Amino acid sequence: MGSPVSPASQAEPDFYHVATKRRGIFAWILSTDHKRIGILYLVTMSFFFLTAVFIGFTMRLEMLTPGKTIIEPQTYNTLFTLHGIMMIFLFIIPGLPAVFGNFLLPLMIGAKDVFFPRLNLLSWWLFLTGGILAVVSVFLPGGAADTGWTFYVPYSIRTSTNVFPALTAAFVLGFSSILTGLNFITTIHRMRAPGMSWFRMPLFIWALYSTAWIQVLATPIIGITLILVALERFFGVGIFDPALGGDPVLYQHLFWIYSHPAVYIMILPALGVVSEIIPVFARRTIFGYKFIAFSSVAIAFFGSLVWAHHMFTVGMSNTGMFIFSLLTFLVSIPSAIKIFNWVATLYKGSIEVSVPLLHVLSFIVQFSIGGFTGLMLGALAINIHVQDTYFVVGHFHYVMFGGTGFGLFAAIHYWFPKMFGRMYAKKPAVVAWFLATVGFNIFYFPFFILGYLGMPRRYYDYLPEFQSLHVIATVGSWILVAGILIMVVNLLVALRRGARAEANPWGGATLEWTVSSPPPLENFHEIPIVTKGPYDFTPSAAETK
Amino acid sequence: MSTQGHEHRDDAGSRMGMWLFLFTELILFGGLFIVYAVYRYQHGEAFHLAARELDTFVGTVNTLILLTSSLTVALSIVAVRQGKRGLAVMLVGMTILLAGAFLVNKYFEWGHKFALGIFPGSPELLKRSSGEILYFGLYFVMTGLHALHVIIGMVILTVVGIMTARGTVSASSYVKLEVGGLYWHLVDVIWIFLFPLFYLLH
Repeated sequence: MGSPVSPASQAEPDFYHVATKRRGIFAWILSTDHKRIGILYLVTMSFFFLTAVFIGFTMRLEMLTPGKTIIEPQTYNTLFTLHGIMMIFLFIIPGLPAVFGNFLLPLMIGAKDVFFPRLNLLSWWLFLTGGILAVVSVFLPGGAADTGWTFYVPYSIRTSTNVFPALTAAFVLGFSSILTGLNFITTIHRMRAPGMSWFRMPLFIWALYSTAWIQVLATPIIGITLILVALERFFGVGIFDPALGGDPVLYQHLFWIYSHPAVYIMILPALGVVSEIIPVFARRTIFGYKFIAFSSVAIAFFGSLVWAHHMFTVGMSNTGMFIFSLLTFLVSIPSAIKIFNWVATLYKGSIEVSVPLLHVLSFIVQFSIGGFTGLMLGALAINIHVQDTYFVVGHFHYVMFGGTGFGLFAAIHYWFPKMFGRMYAKKPAVVAWFLATVGFNIFYFPFFILGYLGMPRRYYDYLPEFQSLHVIATVGSWILVAGILIMVVNLLVALRRGARAEANPWGGATLEWTVSSPPPLENFHEIPIVTKGPYDFTPSAAETK
Repeated sequence: MSTQGHEHRDDAGSRMGMWLFLFTELILFGGLFIVYAVYRYQHGEAFHLAARELDTFVGTVNTLILLTSSLTVALSIVAVRQGKRGLAVMLVGMTILLAGAFLVNKYFEWGHKFALGIFPGSPELLKRSSGEILYFGLYFVMTGLHALHVIIGMVILTVVGIMTARGTVSASSYVKLEVGGLYWHLVDVIWIFLFPLFYLLH
């Protein structure tokens, strides 16, 4: 694609409108442009997200009354499995890195693409394959998997449902995640623009970098574990089968060696998004840049050493429990550092209350609640009381949805003008934010009380005295879904009818705002030379506005 | 379709990507090494007995074959750097042949075990202690996964071998052959660990 010599950026078409070698849908699904791949991820991921939301909504409706409300017990078992697999492997893990990482990483470090563009396309194809496998497993004879997303043995070896397609889906999605991580690490090491030293990188890039390392180093463990479960099902090798001398607890160790760090794959990029948005709307440079940058790395490191806190009731030694509990507490330190720094950045800033910032504020509150209840779960005495109850479900939904989900909402509202070149209507966006936040908290806060009172997770039925809290939660789910729907419709309308966005509608200081919205095909005509930090809102930059 | 790619080549970056991928492969096998360590600790005696049933001679021959193949692939890179592409193609071809010899050996080794009725889920094996079941389970899984990597390595070597023959890989641009060789060394290194764990630790 010979780029025109003229540097006049006005006349230049954006990447949606340049002539492509292939036509129609092939211009997308065979494109190696990181921006197109990012949009591909956004579309596919949104489809899986909305499906999984619908499944969650159905489950909550079922829990409205004790006994059967709308679905059968076996359907309920398959629904919570599907909800988990789709939300985790198809939405939260790829969500921020694959969508926003792909679209923004090269733009934010001043590069023209990622280091391995073709590998990047392969990652998306693997992602799509995994997603299709997960969906297909539902409709094959035998019925959808009913093991929960954790695939715990020995049940996952014995059940006659379609565990193998689900395992394959998770394996393929893991491979996709590894390739994305590998690509990002290499890109960040090799392709930063001149002058973009490590400490001039936007904090979102630091978060992606830490995430990518976890993706590369932790994911293979789940890969081999899932392979072993599949082999166990086909050949009866015995490694996880207690009847042949295998140890199911060993499975749980291997599973969580990946799946706990995976929790940080899910949350770290969201923490990075918050660090991007707060300085822009407080018009202040971020407080404690290096602390935030290194806390991402510290979270990635300590987060990889705490897996057995999921297993305090399986019969570990007291020494083991003590060490894993202590390490769990240590992870909270870098997380708290981030929160303090964000609040300190907001303090005395000239705050502009925008939609992204509103989502960020919800994020901070909800992530803190999720974090504190995580500490309660890390304490041995409380953990044993509330193990496998709604308390745990409430905790991780506060982190995963209240945290990462709202981080993703913030990201889409922040970068929407850059990605699509349009502005969305503010009023409906605020209404959607309000409903989502209120609905979310009405939905999940009762879970803490329910769990503390003894309501076990994944149960189809419950005692009548739990009903009032279940009703509150179900009503909350309706408000939340209403909020999400308004958000989706508002953004879809903006795609068609939104006002044209300028290059830098929010006054951001990072590199992606220096190019037109949407960006041109090659991002930058000349690779920019970086002379200042990412949150430097000096008057010279502001005067031009 | 964009053809932006990179204006300038960055071989160090390409190698870095391959090294990262090799980390993931090491950790993939790392999960199995953890399982091996745990069960060896729990069933030391049974592992000791079962290991005697493996043929150390065949294992040693295969180790020598793989080590030699690592040498030939390393020499092929030296040859390409000196501009001797024909020699390099021949050395890559030798590596592939050695890999094939390894697989043939492995086939007969597994075949012999199957003939004795020792394979996962076999009635013969189920009569034995759980430690021995686990030992042979791990033996088949770990050497099987390794053999799969040998096959993947052969495919990669074939591709870079053809590239060398066509001149895509040359004295001025040989990073593709280099990363293919890196992958082959990984296959070799993993065997270096599997060999003592299964054949030598009696």
